[in-house]
This record gives sequence, structure tokens and C-alpha cells, in this order.
Amino acid sequence: MYSFEVERPTSVADAAAALGKDEAQALGGGQTLIPTLKQRLASPSVLVSLAGIADIKGVSVDGGTVTIGGGTTHGVVAAEAGAYPALAALAGNIGDPAVRNRGTIGGSLANNDPSACYPSAALASGATIVTNSREIAADDYFQGLFETALEEGEIVISVKFPIPEAASYQKFEQPASRFALVGVYVAKFADGVRVAVTGASEGGVYRWSEAEAALSGNFSADALDGLTVSGDDMISDLHGSGDYRAHLVKVMTKRAVAAAS
Amino acid sequence: MPKDHGIGASPKRREDVRFLTGTGNYTDDINVYGQTYVYFLRSDMAHGNIKNIDTAAAAAMSGVVRIFTGADFEGVGGIPCGWQITDVHGEPMQEPAHPVLAIGKVRHVGDPIAAVVAESLEEARNAAEAIEVDIEELPAVVDMKAALEDGATKVHDDLANNLCYEWGFVEDNRAAVDEAIKNAAHVTTLELRNNRLVANPMEPRVALGQYNRADDHSTLHTTSQNPHVIRLLMGAFVLGIPEHKLTVIAPDVGGGFGTKIFHYAEEAFCTFAAKACNRPVKWTSSRSEAFISDAHGRDHVTKIELALDADNNFTALRCDTYANMGAYLSTFASSVPTWLHGTLLAANYKTPLVYTNVKAVFTNTVPVDAYRGAGRPEATFQVERVVDKAARELGVDPIALRRQNFITEFPYATPVAVEYDTGDYNATMDKLEVIADIAGFKARRAESEKKGMLRGFGVNCYIEACGIAPSNLVGQLGARAGLYDAATVRVNATGSISVMVGAHSHGQGHETAFPQVVAEMIGIDESQIDIVHGDTSKVPFGMGTYGSRSLAVCGSAMVRATEKIINKAKKIAAHLLEAADSDIELKDGQFSVAGTDKSVAWGDVTLAAYVPHNYPLEDIEPGLEETAFYDPANFTYPSGAYCCEVELDPETGKVTVERFSAADDFGNIVNPMIVSGQVHGGIGQGIGQALLENAAYDENGQLLSASYMDYAMPRADDVPFYAVDHSACTPCTHNPLGVKGCGEAGAIGSPPAVINAVIDAMQSGGHNVTHIDMPASPSRVWEAMKG
Amino acid sequence: MTEVTMVVNGKSVTKSVKGNTLMTEFLRDELRLTGTHVGCDTSQCGACVIHVNGEAVKGCTMFAAEASGAEVKTIESMENPDGSLGVIQQAFQDHHGLQCGFCTPGMVMSASALLKDNPKPSEAEIRDYLEGNICRCTGYHNIVKAIMAASGQDVSNIAAE
Repeated sequence: MYSFEVERPTSVADAAAALGKDEAQALGGGQTLIPTLKQRLASPSVLVSLAGIADIKGVSVDGGTVTIGGGTTHGVVAAEAGAYPALAALAGNIGDPAVRNRGTIGGSLANNDPSACYPSAALASGATIVTNSREIAADDYFQGLFETALEEGEIVISVKFPIPEAASYQKFEQPASRFALVGVYVAKFADGVRVAVTGASEGGVYRWSEAEAALSGNFSADALDGLTVSGDDMISDLHGSGDYRAHLVKVMTKRAVAAAS
Repeated sequence: MPKDHGIGASPKRREDVRFLTGTGNYTDDINVYGQTYVYFLRSDMAHGNIKNIDTAAAAAMSGVVRIFTGADFEGVGGIPCGWQITDVHGEPMQEPAHPVLAIGKVRHVGDPIAAVVAESLEEARNAAEAIEVDIEELPAVVDMKAALEDGATKVHDDLANNLCYEWGFVEDNRAAVDEAIKNAAHVTTLELRNNRLVANPMEPRVALGQYNRADDHSTLHTTSQNPHVIRLLMGAFVLGIPEHKLTVIAPDVGGGFGTKIFHYAEEAFCTFAAKACNRPVKWTSSRSEAFISDAHGRDHVTKIELALDADNNFTALRCDTYANMGAYLSTFASSVPTWLHGTLLAANYKTPLVYTNVKAVFTNTVPVDAYRGAGRPEATFQVERVVDKAARELGVDPIALRRQNFITEFPYATPVAVEYDTGDYNATMDKLEVIADIAGFKARRAESEKKGMLRGFGVNCYIEACGIAPSNLVGQLGARAGLYDAATVRVNATGSISVMVGAHSHGQGHETAFPQVVAEMIGIDESQIDIVHGDTSKVPFGMGTYGSRSLAVCGSAMVRATEKIINKAKKIAAHLLEAADSDIELKDGQFSVAGTDKSVAWGDVTLAAYVPHNYPLEDIEPGLEETAFYDPANFTYPSGAYCCEVELDPETGKVTVERFSAADDFGNIVNPMIVSGQVHGGIGQGIGQALLENAAYDENGQLLSASYMDYAMPRADDVPFYAVDHSACTPCTHNPLGVKGCGEAGAIGSPPAVINAVIDAMQSGGHNVTHIDMPASPSRVWEAMKG
Repeated sequence: MTEVTMVVNGKSVTKSVKGNTLMTEFLRDELRLTGTHVGCDTSQCGACVIHVNGEAVKGCTMFAAEASGAEVKTIESMENPDGSLGVIQQAFQDHHGLQCGFCTPGMVMSASALLKDNPKPSEAEIRDYLEGNICRCTGYHNIVKAIMAASGQDVSNIAAE
């Protein structure tokens, strides 16, 4: 790693101020960032740890919405977001237990790794990403591989998830990293179904609108039978071709529909 | 009743306590006063001409002690290869230079270009980034067949081409084999790739070089399976340090699996630089660095043909293999696809005619050398796959076809130059049929199919040549070292014993198992005996641990030395008891005069040896310490039958190993618990090779699976509990313990069973797939079923 | 440099560390607690698992500065007060759940965290929980068996050897 200092503010305001420094970078749980730093792929002067900010941690339920603090670890979401079982299940299957004790939802959403799980949950749930300066709808938030609507110094304070009538996340793991080779999140709301796909596309997480249309009319796996998924814009690598990923998108979507409760 | 001590018992491992409490002593745990750190600047290009290296700015940076480049090693020897192969024309293999740091060219991603020695690792790395390197990129040689075409870019400009050697075995059988194939009633042909693997012991390699000016002595702590081999190779061939001025210590080592046999440039560098800088120099590999600097394993591309007569008897086998050597010849690289592979192609069968042709090829990839099994997994995989394919083509039961062709008379001289002393392949197959509950497979398949899954069953046999190896034989075959081993048994005055052994234990449990043997021979408690290993200044010149040889070779040396001890102790006892030597019997640590009640205890005899007041000084020397070197008369031939059951998800292609069973014949067994553990570990690695692991290069020579993010290591949820059995026992006839070796069996015997099961599952689902290359990853399985 | 204070294995320590000092480096180099190992650089192998405030984390993926104020436990603290092996450690020895020993500290720390939350885990739960702990020696058979045994489950029906 290059040399840098670590600051540990205890309030959002202090964190925002610290992030205003030259080459400052936010540090969530560090489970993706620290390996990146080890490879010297980033050279911050200051890492601003968000782990000490109590205000951005925790899970709360208010009516039909689960709100998760940006600094909440996957382990806590798995244990405490029972009001939204599909989301809790997703969190409980990210990485491994030790990673889940450090990695945070805010860190995951800020990084927007194309193979991460959380972006699909946020997008399929129609979540709202609350930052220290504004609220961003998930549909506007994800902007391609590792790209989001976050501005420099903007911190994910919380994520508000409307609780669907039924939902399920189905992940097909890449055999080595155990990240999603293809992950599909299906969420059924009163006004329609949302389907978000992670791991597959060269453009990062996306909504599969044809599936949403088909499932909104008939929420059953059979409703997807007539649909085809093109492998053209899918990631193709050592672990599978674009066509394979396209195939898995449909398989995982069907499984998610079947499992949704 | 299982025994509770001595040979055949399973005492808890004594080494476990330090590992379980965090008090092991691995090389990276060792830090010394004045220590510096080295960072290797490695090539990120697979192939290129080094035009210029400018270290001036880097050398001036904070903390830098000295920067080395290939120029510093111009007068120094290169990393040697320990085995010369003679090619089909009777000529020696092409053997390129292998400098410690690259000279003139870089030849693989990871090839070290420069080394920065600094006060801290961070400063060393900072300075390495400031080194200006001008490299003219050359086309990367990656594909082996393309590498051998006329006009192909050469990895080594001073060699005639990229062919290290073409080897034929047995060359005299070549025409007869071809003739038999031509005239066969049935020929089954299979083309396959044995996937390139990275050994991945969990402890990355570490080297710590020290130099003492006062006595001109160099000391290297290193993560090695064989410290004496490192001292020999590095001292004699690379740095020109005589043995008495060089100590190599391999303390606790966190797994080896072959890749820690070899002498590596980093070891030579740290030893060299410690003297040049007059400071200790330490290198600790990162995992990412390990992927591009540890020797890889396997990587064979093979065509195999099996000829059968009208009664399904095997009549001939021919195998044509391209074996990847990588960019340089690693220590034993040349022996793996030849003598460790060609001599095993008779496998468990009476096939009268066998011919193999091997082309060893240089490419711009990390050097390839022995990995758990080394040549024998490659041989086993192709034979057991082609036999299985033949059974399917002929519509016969794969187990029956194997049984029909088993060798049943021993000793058996194979057509590939080795003589199996003992074995009983039907016995291990019988055991397998029971422990694997083969009879219950149909019902289990029906259950799987109810869930929408396919279920497959695969079986295979294996034989391996272990206990490497008779020195005079391997010398004729090109080995540049002897392959004996050695042990010194030092009995202390009070009767406790230190046994100094040439074998190294890095997970095998020698510290527990070896004392069981000595304790049994003398009849004293195992706790009285300690094993000393891993330090060339303490142990006799033994050749280390690999090739499932520790107990068969080093253990035999230990037995011989203990026999010498007992003989001498009997003489002392005879003197003390005023009896004839020949009347003395040793039982349960007590020397007695046959037919009398006169006896003297082990401890009294040992005390007399060191306090020789009443002692036959005119006949024997005081003291009780003996050394034996043991050179095996033959290889040992463990064998077995393995079976795998998989479930296959037809929608995703994902294969899950549901059951795995292994029936082995290891001859006599000293510690059944440890033996089972060795088999478990080998099976885990074999399942890894079959389903998960793949060191893949792109056409530019970039390693695509260069970390655990892309190289799929088997994890706990990738494997089931295994059923293992080693009760079928035909003891080895030519070593004193009758042992055969068990370290590699699991890795040799398991990949074909897995792939045979995957094929069976796919065919059960109506997919006409006759072969799939390893790893049978979900995407590959899906592609195969798609047709 | 930042000053950090934390309780490691029951003892309070205060040290000045660089921002980029990882917990593994802090433990191994500063405190000479070399039982915590480093087997990879992508946070997958788990040889470095320690407990921070009672939770299993990867010591190679956490800065020492982040642990200031925390209670840290390493493999060096897992034995009984009388120096005998703790229950999990003893089960690993009894069932040959380790070979080279390099992954072992992380395995024991992960197993300890698992059993705290789930005192009688099934085979499948153990295998799932160990996703972040790679062992190259044992094929996992005896590790899983040892953890089942440590949780008081009868393992006699699992192949004994």
C-alpha cells in the first residue's frame, strides 16, 4: 500500500469535512477497498473511516419501509432486517461471515461492483439512497460499472427499501470469488414487478424490463418462457461466456419468482 | 482392537499443539536484527527484450540499501535443472540458462527484472516503482503446438527452437504399438487437456538470507520441502558456496504439494544479497506474487488411443503428449512428463504394448514442475478416462472391463520398464464396491431425478510409483542427484532419543508417526523420542519429502539406523549381563538373556554407553548414535480404486460432488489417522482439479486466474465427507516396513472418477457428451450439454 | 502516525501506527503475535481471522487504526487458563483437523465465532460458515468433523479415520 492516514470521525459532518481534503477517500468496511489498496491501484492521502459514525448504523422499520444505515454491516442486515426477508437473506450470503462483519451496505452501493449483490436489491426494490445532501432514486443512482450518481465527498447515510409483497434474490456464484456470476432480484409490488440483474452485464446492474412486463401480468415462472435474453452485451470471461450469463439470467429469474414469498 | 501405541496406532499429533496455539515457527515468523526487505520488480509482460534498466532515481530513494539487476548476476550460476532427459535421437534435452534476475529478456509475467533491498518493504516497493525499465515487447509464445511450428517466436534465442525434447518410451515398441492399434477390433481415442494448476500451499514462500562475516557463513531460512536439496543446488550450482559455509533451514512449513521442492531464484537472491549488503535480507511472497512465481503443475495436452481385441482385452496403448515446461526448466520439470508419467501408463492393466511420445515445450508462461502426484495424475487421468470411454463405446460395465484387464500376478514386469512388486487390484475394487454402496446408486439417481437433477457415477483405478527412488536407476534415467535418504538415531544417556531425519514434515505428521516406528522397535514409549528435521546443520544429508517417499525411504533409513542401535545396545547389554551377544533379546524396552530371568532395562544400557565404567571398551566405542543411509531397491506401488457420485444441475451446469469413496492399498500403515488425512487432502485437491481449478493464460501470456478471485480453490462447501478404506494391504516386499506411501494417492486417483461421473450424469440426461476437459466448471458443462 | 490503544488478548496495548498498518501487521510485527497468518491478499483465505469486539473479522482487511478502542482476540488466547487446549483446539487435535497448521488459527477463530452463534451447527451449516477459510491440506473432512465434535455432536458415524 501507499502511505496514507486514517481518520475516524464520529459525525457525518466531520466525515464530510474530512472528505473535502485533497485525495481523501471514504472507507466503509474496507472489504473491497483494502485489497485494492494492497495492489496499489489507489493512492489516497487520507482514508476517512465511516465506521465510527453511530448515526449511519442500524436497521429500522417504518410502515412499509425498511431503512438501513449506510454504515450497517451485512451481518447486521442479515440478522435484523427480518421485516424484508429477501433482503436479509441476500445480506446473509454476501462474501463470508468475516467479510459480513465488516462490509457495509453503503460501501457496497458506493463502489457499485458489477458483481456485487446489493445493487440488485436496491434497484429491484426501487430503493432510495439517502446521502448527506440529497435523496437519489435507485433508478438514477446506478450509472455503469463502478459508477454511481454520488458526487465527491457525498456519503451514503441510509437506504430506504420499500417492502414488496414478495421478493427473492437468486445468486449463481462465480466459483472462485463467490461473487455473483449472475444474480437476479425479483420484487413484486402492488403496482408491478421489478427485476434487477447483477453480475451479468457489461453495463453493471440493470432492470430486465421484458421480464418485469411479463411478470406484472402473471407472477409465475412460466410467464418468462417466451422471453429470450441476448448474450451480446453480457460479460464474457474465464467463468462463462456472454451467452452463458444470458442463459443464467433467465434461469435465475425463474428461480427467484418461484422462491419469492 | 486397534493398537494404542507403536506401528498401527493413531496417537494424536504432537505437532498440533503449537499450530493450534499460534506458536508454530514458520519462516515469516522469524525476524532478525538488522533485517532488510526485498521487493522484486517483476515483468508484467510475457515476453520482451530488456533495452534498458535505469535504477538511479530509485536508488536515491528513502530507505533503499541496494538495487540489484541481472547485471549483478552475470558471473553467478543460473538456477539448475536436476534431471537431464535424453531425446528420441539420443541427444540431451535443450537446456536454457535460468538467471536469478532476468538478463537480456523477460520470458514470463512474473519474471524478476530487478530487486530492491530496503529498510522496509514499503520503501522497497516505492523504489521498485521508480525503476525505469524499457522493454521491447515480443510476441508471446503460449500455445504449445503453435510454439513448435516452423518460424515460431523463440522463448530462448540461443536454442534451436521451443522444443525442450521429444521423448519416446519405449521407443523400441513404437512400431509394434502402431501395428497393434491398426489391427485392433476396437480402438478408443481421446483428446484431452490436463489443466494447469497452481499448488497453492496456504503458506506463501518466504526466504530469509543471512551472512556472518566472522566465519564467512551463509544461512538461508526458507519454505522448503528439502533443505539439503536447496543447499546442494544453490551452493554448488548457483552461488558457489561450499557446504560447510552454507546452512539451509526449513522450519515449520505451511504445506508444499511439490511446489516447495524446487530451488527458486528468490532463495539464491536473498542468500547472495545478504552477503553483498552484509545485512539479513527477507522476502515474503504475497499470494498474488505466488501465482506468477511458484512453479505451476500439470498442463499436458494429450491424445491417447486404447486398442482392444474382440474379447475386450487391452492390446495396446499409445499416448502423444505435449507437456508445457513454461519459460525455464524448473528443478524437476523435465522428469515429470517422462519418467514419472510414461512409466505409469501400463496402469493396473495387462496391456502388453505401450508407447508414449512426449514433446516438452518452452512457452512464455510460469515454469511448470511437480505438483502432488507429478506425472502420475496425468497418466492416470488419461488411461482411466480412455478406459471409461471404451466401456461406454462397447456397452460394457466399466468396472467389469477394468477387472477383466487387471494385472493379477505379482511381481509383474510392465512393458514400460517398471516391476510392480505387489498389489491386489480386485481387492481394492471389492472394498470400493462396499464402501461406495454401488448397489444403492440406482435409488439415489432416482431421488436426484425427482428433484430435476442428473446424477452420475464414476469409478477409476490408479497405480503410482512412489518411494522415489533407486539412485542407480534414476541416475541412468538422467537424474543429477541420488534419491536415497538418511537418518541419525541419537540415543541420549538416559534413554531418550533424538532422530535426525532427511525427510521434512510440512503437514505429514512425521514428528508423530516416525517415533511410532522407533518406539515399536525398541519397546519404549513414543514420548521418549523426538524427530529433528529441516536444518542442514543438524540432520544428515537426506533428500527431503516428495513423491510419497518419506516413510518408504527416510523411514527405512531410520529403521536401519535403529537396527544398528539395537545391535550395539545388545552388545552392551550382553556385557552387563555377562552373556553372549547372541543370547540377548530385546522386548518392551528390556534386554534379557534368552531362557533366563536376567535382564537389564533400556535406560541402564544407554547410561552405560555414556558412562562406560563397566563397558566393553576393547570391543565397542562408547556412546549410542548411529546413522544410516537408505537407497531403495525399487519404487513402491500403492494402488486403489476410487468412486465419485455427482449431482448435476441441468439448467446451470453446476456439478456437486455428493459422495466420494476411496479404497487404497498402501501396504503396511504406521498411523491410520494420518494416512486417512493424507487421502482426504489429496481427494480435495483432485476434486479441485476436476471441477474448479484452472490456471489459464490469454494469448498475450497474461495469467487470467492470478488470485483467488479467479482461481477457484476448493472450499469446505465444495466437497462432501469422504469414505476411505485402506484395509486392503499387500505389503511392499523390498523395504523393511513394507510401506508404500500415501501422500499423493488422493490427488492421483480422484480426478478421473469425478469426470467419469460428470460424463455419466450428462449421458443419463440424454446428452451425447463423451468427454469434457477439466475443470468441469458450470459454464463448460452447460456448453457441453448444449452441444 | 496515529496512536492506537486496544485490548489484545486481555492486555491493553498502546502503539503508534501508520495509517496503512493492517491488523495482521500490527499483531505480527508490533506485538509479535505470529499465530495470525497471512495466506492471501484478496481477503479470501481466512488464515488471518481474529475476533474484534467478539466478531470474526479478517485481520488482513482491517487497519490497526480502525481497531483503536476495540477488544481483540487472537489464536494465542484460545487455550484454557491452565494452558491446556480449549475445546475447539482439542477437537481439532483429537480429529486430526489440521496438517500443516497454516490455516489452523483462522479455522479455530472462525469455528469459535460460529459456535457462539450456533452451538450445534449441522454439517451443511459448518461448510457454509467456512466459506472464507481455505485449507489446502485436509480436504476439510476432519475440520468439519472436529467442529461438530467440539459442539458436542456424535461424530462416530463419520468415517473414523
